[in-house]
Amino acid sequence: MPTTQATNESVEKVVCDGLAELGADREQISRQATFEALDVDSLDLVELAQIVEDEFGVALGADDVKDLKTVGDAVDLIVAKAG
Amino acid sequence: MPDVDAKGCALVTGAGRGIGAATARALAEAGWPVGINYRSDADGAEAVAREIEESGGKARAIQADISDPAALDALFGELEADLGQVLVLVNNAGTRADALSPQLGDEEWETVIETNLSAAFRTTRRALRPMLRARFGRIVNVASIVGMRANAGQANYAASKAGLIALTRTVAVEVARRGVTVNAVAPGFVETRLTEGIGANGLVDAIPARRVGTAEEVAACVRFLASPEASYVTGTTLTVDGGLSA
Repeated sequence: MPTTQATNESVEKVVCDGLAELGADREQISRQATFEALDVDSLDLVELAQIVEDEFGVALGADDVKDLKTVGDAVDLIVAKAG
Repeated sequence: MPDVDAKGCALVTGAGRGIGAATARALAEAGWPVGINYRSDADGAEAVAREIEESGGKARAIQADISDPAALDALFGELEADLGQVLVLVNNAGTRADALSPQLGDEEWETVIETNLSAAFRTTRRALRPMLRARFGRIVNVASIVGMRANAGQANYAASKAGLIALTRTVAVEVARRGVTVNAVAPGFVETRLTEGIGANGLVDAIPARRVGTAEEVAACVRFLASPEASYVTGTTLTVDGGLSA
């Protein structure tokens, strides 16, 4: 069951916490950081999508995820899809 | 001796009889609470569950036609509520509808591909989510030596089992870095309802072991592949055929 309203702030928090949980260096995580620099791979993004879906009820498919470059891209996409 | 102090459970599809039932018993012996899925054989599945419970294990027989996505979701929901996350999945449910290719109808083709391959894929996809989060998972697909060598009259069955072996390899490499292994077993001639009427008698001479296999012999291999000891085995197909394809 989705539990959280998808605002810029709430999504950014869930995405950043999720990335940290997946092993990304918390200090390096910012909206500008690229997934490549954070060493976040395709399987990490699949898991992140699951976290986001559980939290906000927004389903991210393979097509949605494949062009994401930065943390900010992901946050913007999720907020847009939720709205 | 249990293999595991299980935090989740095992799910065996098509476990009312044959290899599935033997596998459910073997995984229960290994320490797993077991979900015994069946489509039509309620008596068989309930009997397996009872047997496991009487030996001190934990089991639940759950009806679901796994080729129906909604039923599949309900099956996982029920198991997760009752026995915990599915950390071992054995895709065993299978069917056959034999005919020589010129006479093999669309319906026979589609039913077999749907049950043996597509449903196994969807079950795998559903099971992977909690396994990835848990950083542990074991998926074992029950294929067949017919997926690797010809058997006239089984184009649909062979294609489904070859597909299952390819699915095994591909999913294995996708998730290996999360501690999730995906393997297959490929039984040869094993005495089950599915092989009834195949006429193993004439074929026994071609089997180096000079006998057909038992469901328990296949189940023992699944138990191994599902065990923590098999943690570095992934993407492989273990042939269980008395040397037939050696």
